Amino acid sequence: MDHLIQLILDGLFVGSFYALVALGYSMVYGIIKLLNFAHGDIYMLGAFAGFTVLSVGAGALGGGFLALIVIMALAMVGTGAFGVVLERVAYRPLRNAPRLSVLITAVGASFALEYGIAVTFGPNPQVYPIGVSGGALGIAGARITYAQLAMMAIAVVLMVALDALVRKTRAGRAMRAISLDPKACLLMGVNVDRVISRTFFLGSALAGAAGVMAGAYYGKIDFLMGFVIGLKAFTAAVIGGIGNLRGAVLGAIVLGLLESFGVAFLGSQWRDVFAFGFLILFLTVRPTGLLGERVTERV
Amino acid sequence: MSTVLDLKGVEVCYGRVEALRGLDLTVGEREIVALLGNNGAGKSTTVSTISGVVRSRAGSITAFGDDITSATPWSIVERGILHVPEGRRIFSRLTVHENLQLGGYTVRDNAVIDKRINEVYELFPRMAERRGQQGGTLSGGEQQMLAIGRAMVAGPRLIMLDEPSMGLAPLVVAQVMEAIVAINQAGASVLLIEQNARAALKVAHRGYVLDSGRVTVTGPADELRADPQVVEAYLGA
Ligand SMILES: Nc1ncnc2c1ncn2[C@@H]1O[C@H](COP(=O)(O)OP(=O)(O)O)[C@@H](O)[C@H]1O
Ligand SMILES: [Mg+2]
Repeated sequence: MDHLIQLILDGLFVGSFYALVALGYSMVYGIIKLLNFAHGDIYMLGAFAGFTVLSVGAGALGGGFLALIVIMALAMVGTGAFGVVLERVAYRPLRNAPRLSVLITAVGASFALEYGIAVTFGPNPQVYPIGVSGGALGIAGARITYAQLAMMAIAVVLMVALDALVRKTRAGRAMRAISLDPKACLLMGVNVDRVISRTFFLGSALAGAAGVMAGAYYGKIDFLMGFVIGLKAFTAAVIGGIGNLRGAVLGAIVLGLLESFGVAFLGSQWRDVFAFGFLILFLTVRPTGLLGERVTERV
Repeated sequence: MSTVLDLKGVEVCYGRVEALRGLDLTVGEREIVALLGNNGAGKSTTVSTISGVVRSRAGSITAFGDDITSATPWSIVERGILHVPEGRRIFSRLTVHENLQLGGYTVRDNAVIDKRINEVYELFPRMAERRGQQGGTLSGGEQQMLAIGRAMVAGPRLIMLDEPSMGLAPLVVAQVMEAIVAINQAGASVLLIEQNARAALKVAHRGYVLDSGRVTVTGPADELRADPQVVEAYLGA
């Protein structure tokens, strides 16, 4: 029983940072129908941005909850801005190009980021200066640290805020409208390019926050850490119904829990097999995902 | 009467296809101008060029005294120049109310948006009944009303409608034309594109007939209605 609760807690924690990455994946896909292959690397960039802030300013920041918020906020601003630049430089010039060209560009951007970081920080894993050791809360024998709880709380706040933004605000309405018909949006006076930039900012900032969470959870980071999570975020987005934001969160939580249980019962070498097994299962059996509605391609 | 829209020698190409070959056209203040012509004549290209989504290769477009030839689509909407596109282009997965709110995207003041949405609901009570329904579930006539309503929320000084009667039953066409007259009487100038020349010339003050990207006939609506060439080609025997 204790064991069960621990597995659920771990699954929820991992699921919550998968969700942050999956949201950005799904938002970008929703608005410009691009599978942003470099999205996982933006998450990696977030981890390194947090690492840099910590290495430079650890003394000044102390180790408390406030420090965590400051570090996540800085990582988010950094990755958000980077996402905007990436879209502007790599994707926007190809807006009307065949999708394959854009996908190849995204793969190129992914490699550029990975090896750019490898050159800057070196190829070896870095030990993350904040961890999830320290004070912990015991729930029926299971253990979750205060740092983990704080990060999960931040993730939930970010997700709720994003949901409200997309559903209720003028900018969110414009995002949803662009995903349906960008040309008609121009006739409503929507500056479509600007809204796309904002979408990249938001999606990349969430990935940045996830990067910090992952660094703290696993205790070390490296330049390839974004590769697998990018694929997992894609899996979560597909499980939930790509382009559907609540679906992406649901898919990520499902995936986090599945991995946590799968690893416990079958061993950690099976972790990624689960994710990709499910990806294949969903793509074959229910390509529209759990919450996705049938999508008709625009002409 | 002052001129609100003035096109001089506008040329537009799609690759090799010359869609507009030196188009001259004006719309006066509070005027309803019909733009007629067969399929492929260049009518849609004309409005898309005015609204900035298609670029001209030569010529100039002036609106309300400003040169808008290379202005961005959103800055054109901000000037009160609204384009209700061919095929309505309703946001199918947004509700009727959200579609109308999006029409007010360039309006900063929420109170103004709400007031104008209420005016749309008064003009088209059907929209008020269906406010929470997704746009894609509306009938063709309702979608046209919504498309016109969406433009109204932006506060149009010049509204350009691309074939609003297309695919609608005669009774619905009459309703749509009535709404266009009402918008005109409220102060907006209108550029009305139609293949349905009969319906358009009933409400228009003036008209142009377009053929292969050029104006072939122009004049007051009652003269066009009597023009043998127009009668033969566009009004039937
Ligand atoms: N996007 C496009 N690409 C290529 N040719 C086009 C495009 N849009 C219109 N055309 C061509 O331009 C001409 C004018 O089209 P259009 O303005 O749509 O005419 P209308 O609205 O009067 O039916 C036609 O010959 C049409 O085939
Ligand atoms: Mg047309």
